Amino acid sequence: MVLFRFKQTVKLGVKSLWMHRLRSTLTMLGIVFGVCSVIAMLAIGEGASREIRAAIARLGSSNLIIETVKPPQEQTGSGTVETVSNYGLTYTDAEAIRSTIPNVEIVVPNREIEQQARFRNRNAAIRIKGTTPWQREVESIKLKRGRFLSSIDLRRQLSVCVPDEQVARKLFAFDDPLGRDLRIRGSFYRVVGIVSPALHTTGGSDSENGAEATTGGGVVGDVYLPLTTAKQRFGELNYSFSGGSRSAERVELQKIIVQVNPERVSSLAEMLDIRAAIGSLLDRLHDKEDYRIVVPLELLRQAAHTKRIFSIVLGSIAAISLVVGGIGIMNIMLATVSERTREIGIRRALGARQRDIILQFLSETLLLTFTGGILGIVLGSLIPYLVTYFGNMPTVITGGSLVLAFGISGLVGVVFGLYPAYRAAGMDPIESLRHE
Amino acid sequence: MAIVATENLCKVYNIGSFEVFALRDLDLTVEQGEYMAIMGPSGSGKSTLLNVIGCLDTPSSGTYRLGDEDVSELADDELSTIRGARIGFIFQSYNLIAQLNVIENIEVPMYYQGFPENQSAERAEELANAVGLGDRLRHRPCELSGGQQQRAAIARALANDPLMILADEPTGNLDSESGSEILLLLDRLHQQGKTLIIVTHDDGIAERAERVVYLLDGCVKSQQYNRR
Repeated sequence: MVLFRFKQTVKLGVKSLWMHRLRSTLTMLGIVFGVCSVIAMLAIGEGASREIRAAIARLGSSNLIIETVKPPQEQTGSGTVETVSNYGLTYTDAEAIRSTIPNVEIVVPNREIEQQARFRNRNAAIRIKGTTPWQREVESIKLKRGRFLSSIDLRRQLSVCVPDEQVARKLFAFDDPLGRDLRIRGSFYRVVGIVSPALHTTGGSDSENGAEATTGGGVVGDVYLPLTTAKQRFGELNYSFSGGSRSAERVELQKIIVQVNPERVSSLAEMLDIRAAIGSLLDRLHDKEDYRIVVPLELLRQAAHTKRIFSIVLGSIAAISLVVGGIGIMNIMLATVSERTREIGIRRALGARQRDIILQFLSETLLLTFTGGILGIVLGSLIPYLVTYFGNMPTVITGGSLVLAFGISGLVGVVFGLYPAYRAAGMDPIESLRHE
Repeated sequence: MAIVATENLCKVYNIGSFEVFALRDLDLTVEQGEYMAIMGPSGSGKSTLLNVIGCLDTPSSGTYRLGDEDVSELADDELSTIRGARIGFIFQSYNLIAQLNVIENIEVPMYYQGFPENQSAERAEELANAVGLGDRLRHRPCELSGGQQQRAAIARALANDPLMILADEPTGNLDSESGSEILLLLDRLHQQGKTLIIVTHDDGIAERAERVVYLLDGCVKSQQYNRR
């Protein structure tokens, strides 16, 4: 009985809406776009935040990263004198951290130098990473072929290198890189393995990362060298020329990666304790602020927080568009009610109770919003695919966003359908019958 | 047996600060199976009386018994149900629902009484055939002539086998030929034992009715019984 009434009511609603196809379609568009934007925006937001979280997670949740930061220039009166500025992390720092901070498992010092690498007639701008075999462990570097650096390479200062895939592709093209010799500043290094490219998202280190694009004059990728070899071959002085004066910088290490024992240190608070300990240790060893400590776990929390704000902002914009769509629906339904005054009068004369009239108009509104909701979900699910395909941005459609969008469209239908429906039901049957 | 019995029926409209009596102490009884015409000049209260008898309106004072039930003080929902179940309306301008076809229009009163769809469709078809619309079942009102529309409206009025049929100027919008067809149809209903109450200006209808009630200023001025 109830089911039959429901079926009849829906049938009637479809019929009435079908009579005014254009009007119904236009009315529905408000909801379609509203739902569509809710889904698309949430999908784009979710995709972006997942990408960030994945990037941070790859830095290692039990890692602390200490980076060299160029301290603010001390302006000495005469700018023309050749000066060597000494700053940054040192081998002493790495050793001090390893020997004095509790729960620290691995300390990996990094020496980074930008250089040109050659193989036969091919050239590539690369970033040398002088490091230790444990780099692979702390940064979860994926080995593609061959092997990574070993402790023997390190101890004997062997001329071996491990380029990443991008460098290997650029320099060797169709040759098999393994066992070949790569030339950097006059010395040859044998390729013993190839790794997948690492991420450089430690918070955008000021000068270097600016030109990190793989095109143009930026570096193609990384070449891992034993730290000892890198130190011996390239030294610690970097020269740069600017405005006619020559300046040199002496930086021992660009980065120290510290991995703590994940069994003993798991919470963010404990990580921050260790950071404080390292901070106060480095404070004693450095006389200026030339380093910064990054805790990926903390970044992760911040990213989660940012994501929430991002989602709320996007969600509210979409919700506003839904409300606007809802107001459009209410407007049209009110027009429909006054246009169909006579029909309402007829139905009332033929035995329709007020609640029958309410049901009729409410079901029409709900039909509009639900159909709009479904169309919006279809369209809204399509847009993220297009964004991913053309805009090369990751997107994730969550089931929750579909339910949310559909729920909101239903809610809009009820909220904005009730008033017109009540108005229809409240009309005086005699007056409505007289209505022309 | 009287199916309509009013006693001291009053209907007062408040227009601004003064009161207008549309019906004033009106006593009327209608017997089962009677064919009655209500006549009178404009503003005499014909339509108001029809609305009250049809349970579209409630009296300001006095009592109105429909069948064996006092309906003068029922709530809106109950009045709606009574309208649907016991009264069939025929209007001057047919008042069919534009987006529904003939069958569906006839089904409307049955729908509100909770008839299952297959039963109501079957009965609607029977009724449409009975009023001579057998070949127009799936047509929309806009595809029908005035006479055909009014016949569909009569079929609709019969849908729930009502206690009485109320008609307000049923031939007012029709040419004389369709008008007389409709009158023949009403005659037939009367012969089948239906109670008919018709508001009209048309003397032709008044001649066919068994009784003519003349209203003036909300009161029954005179009554006339036609001998057949």
